[in-house]
Amino acid sequence: MSQPATAKSSEETLQGGAATPEVQIFDPRHFHQQAHDALGNPQIRGNFRKAMDGLMQKRRDAFVEWDLETLRQLGANVRSRALAKLPDLLEQLERNCQANGIQVHWAEDGDEACRLIRELCESRGAKRLIKGKSMVSEEMHLNAHLEEAGIEALEADLGEYLVQMAKETPSHIIMPAIHKNTSEISELMHDKTGIERTLDADTLTAAAREQLRQRFMTADVGLSGVNFAVAETGTLCLVENEGNGRLTTTVPPVHIAVTGIEKVVEHLQDVAPLYALLTRSATGQAVTTYFNMISGPRKAEEHDGPREVHLVLVDNGRSRIYQDDELLDTLRCIRCGACMNHCPVYTRVGGHAYGTTYPGPIGKILMPHLLGLDATRDLPSASSLCGACGEVCPVKIPIPDLLVRLRKEAVGEGRGNVPGAGVKRSVKEVTAWKSWQWLATHPVFWRLGTGMAGRFRALSPGHLPPWTDYRVAPRPASKTLHAMMRERRRTEKNS
Amino acid sequence: MSSRDAILKRLRQRLDGEIPVPPSDFTVMTERGWSQEERLVRFEAGITAVRGEVVKTTRADWTRALVQVLVEKGVGTLALGRFHDVTIEAREALAAHDITLVDADRDIESWSREQFENIDAGLTSTQGGIAETGSLWLWPTPDEPRRLSLVPPIHIAVLDAGHIQDTFFDVLRDRRWTEQMPTNALLISGPSKTADIEQTLVYGVHGPRQLVVLLRQN
Amino acid sequence: MTPVKLYPAKPEKVYLFGTCLIDLFYPEAGMDVVLLLEREGIEVIFPDDQTCCGQPAYTSGYHDEARRVAAAQLDLFAEPWPIIVPSGSCGGMMRTHYPQLFMNSERQEQAEAVASRIFELTEFLVHVCHVRLADRGEPQRIAMHTSCSARREMGLAETGPKLLQQLSNVTLVEQVRSAECCGFGGTFAVRHPEISAAMVADKGVAIEAAEAEHFVTSDCGCLMNIDGHLQHEKRALRGEHIASYLWRRTA
Repeated sequence: MSQPATAKSSEETLQGGAATPEVQIFDPRHFHQQAHDALGNPQIRGNFRKAMDGLMQKRRDAFVEWDLETLRQLGANVRSRALAKLPDLLEQLERNCQANGIQVHWAEDGDEACRLIRELCESRGAKRLIKGKSMVSEEMHLNAHLEEAGIEALEADLGEYLVQMAKETPSHIIMPAIHKNTSEISELMHDKTGIERTLDADTLTAAAREQLRQRFMTADVGLSGVNFAVAETGTLCLVENEGNGRLTTTVPPVHIAVTGIEKVVEHLQDVAPLYALLTRSATGQAVTTYFNMISGPRKAEEHDGPREVHLVLVDNGRSRIYQDDELLDTLRCIRCGACMNHCPVYTRVGGHAYGTTYPGPIGKILMPHLLGLDATRDLPSASSLCGACGEVCPVKIPIPDLLVRLRKEAVGEGRGNVPGAGVKRSVKEVTAWKSWQWLATHPVFWRLGTGMAGRFRALSPGHLPPWTDYRVAPRPASKTLHAMMRERRRTEKNS
Repeated sequence: MSSRDAILKRLRQRLDGEIPVPPSDFTVMTERGWSQEERLVRFEAGITAVRGEVVKTTRADWTRALVQVLVEKGVGTLALGRFHDVTIEAREALAAHDITLVDADRDIESWSREQFENIDAGLTSTQGGIAETGSLWLWPTPDEPRRLSLVPPIHIAVLDAGHIQDTFFDVLRDRRWTEQMPTNALLISGPSKTADIEQTLVYGVHGPRQLVVLLRQN
Repeated sequence: MTPVKLYPAKPEKVYLFGTCLIDLFYPEAGMDVVLLLEREGIEVIFPDDQTCCGQPAYTSGYHDEARRVAAAQLDLFAEPWPIIVPSGSCGGMMRTHYPQLFMNSERQEQAEAVASRIFELTEFLVHVCHVRLADRGEPQRIAMHTSCSARREMGLAETGPKLLQQLSNVTLVEQVRSAECCGFGGTFAVRHPEISAAMVADKGVAIEAAEAEHFVTSDCGCLMNIDGHLQHEKRALRGEHIASYLWRRTA
């Protein structure tokens, strides 16, 4: 097993950016060790179990009045249609955004997007940037990039604010600080912002509100993600409960919205089913406090809102996923997090163990495309294929099938169009499966082999790690079913 | 080649060719068939479940309800527009009261800090409501700008019961949003909240701490 | 999920695909399947050359190898009789993934035909045989563990419980998080042993906490996993294949 990862330089890890020595850096290449550590950590086990149980129940309750299967199918169809028309819709989105006064930029990868955003800030003399929640900005390691250029990038979503304060990364795509207890948060806020320790969540939240309010007032740039980008009207839709998203996109004089290219939808009405699915799948809410639909910067006659709005469209591997009919389904994702809420693996190891921006089932099918199968070699196999994720995905992504596809790519028997294809192919395993294949296609030898195993069952190993670390070794039966059936046929014939 | 062209080229020259377009049947998003009464019940249940306050009143009487709310909540300074019917009536009713009225229809640069620090409440009209989710919908205007329903710690919203529709889909369709989207359209479904601290639900984060809906019936 | 909405009438003959785990480790369960079906007046044909459905290689990504093994199985079921599979996992593999494995190949039609005749055992007993069970056993509290494949791939969450509910002296209890995976997942249990162990530990605790005296399952992978773990932990609780339990209680 590999050594636990402690702080490394940005060249060595995939997380990027510097970190203080006492903070653990998580890396997908150390999944086994990270999962091991998480499994032995009672707080992680307890926090995640409790939180996921709650979220699963809330989701169930939220869909009670709905014909859920019909709604999911509509969600899947709306997203599939958008993907089918993607290049045309992106051009339409760009046209309509521009007509609305939104400036549109394109970035092939995360680094280019970071540079674009940095240049937008620098050219406007911006030193302070405040952020609404954006997973794609995490994917790009935007904060680190801006900090290196002397631009402060402050997270304003409460969970992200806390995680940033702790110099960590989010452990869930909707609830970033789910791994932390109230007492930890109290300690953290006391440590970093000087408030008195308290276990009262209201008090802690009020303190954060006050601290961040000042920062909204003085921020030069507000950066947000985008939940849905509507091509028909050139509209950016943002979903939130806290109000920091609205503040971020309304108070600073410049608003930069960043999104993956797959988030576009064709028609305004397409937003309705996706919004209904997103909030209920994520947290069991019928609706979030705010649904914020932005179609332009402040007009001449208006009195508030940003003077400039920019949209940065980020590819970062998505157009490559797009090429393949099967892998394409990955891009339907609306980032609800239901898959990880229902995943028995995620519930037990938490989000950090994966070491990737997106953890859980969606992380396992997406990150291999972004980081390559080599770096994420243990992720596609870290699933029992129970299917709980696929069952709840609001846009019906066949996650277990995609996991199997990635496993196929990893051992070099796929189409080879995922980076790192073939990296897990080993002579040992190929030999094992080819032997199994031979045996299973030569029934005479199969019967012989299984018959022998039965006859010599007393010699069958009782020590078969790792199986027998936790279970007794299965013992071959003295007579196989084949043998029993043969005997029976013989007896019948003779009788 | 620009990034834009490279991306579009890759998308258009797709390895596996054209992708079939599935049909979309939106029936499940509409046709609730609720009565006006049921709409009202659902709207109120939805918004009060997340600590929105609903004050039922009438077109004739609503400013009295407004005054009562302001007094109860100790509002000393109220920001509001100047030209909407709702704000005209409000100003009239409040003229006799000891509440400072602040004009919202000014460039924010002249009063941003004031709005953050000295305004107790913001009053806005609304365009309508959504019964299914307990939501208000607003299209901010120069008279009632975006931050008015966001920055002051109390947001008081005036909603006409007759403008509540069953679903969001119905609103988008019946009110023809696609014909002219405003720079900012909003659904507001309660005071701001979070559950980021160990799943404990806390109200009043960055947006308003309180949302009061003056629901005008008839 | 591939629920079979239109079930055929009870046939005179069926094939039995025993599955490799039953063949090797739980052959008596396989025999109990035969007895259950024969009691319904059905002749059971057991093609001698059957080996494995190919799932372990399939889920490991070794599709070329899985395909060759699957092809060998396809040739064994030439007659248009239902194919009974006492495993949601193997049943799911053959019904859902065989057509995918042979898509755009010369065996596509054959694979689809075979897939359309696959029935998981409890599914077949409930929806085709409309079996009526008379309980001869002593009162007992039992829990059912439905495999994830039976539940989600084949849409069969209710068939096992329906059969058990017919047993008048049996109290069917439900463990917490009954729909959560037991952690077997085929090679998952050996590739990610600690995570798998955490899952099976929770499953064992849940079944015990439901005060079940015994548990049954439709899948021998799950059985090997949960039963093997309980034995390792020296717990008294044990389980068996639902076929064995049903036969023992009603014979």
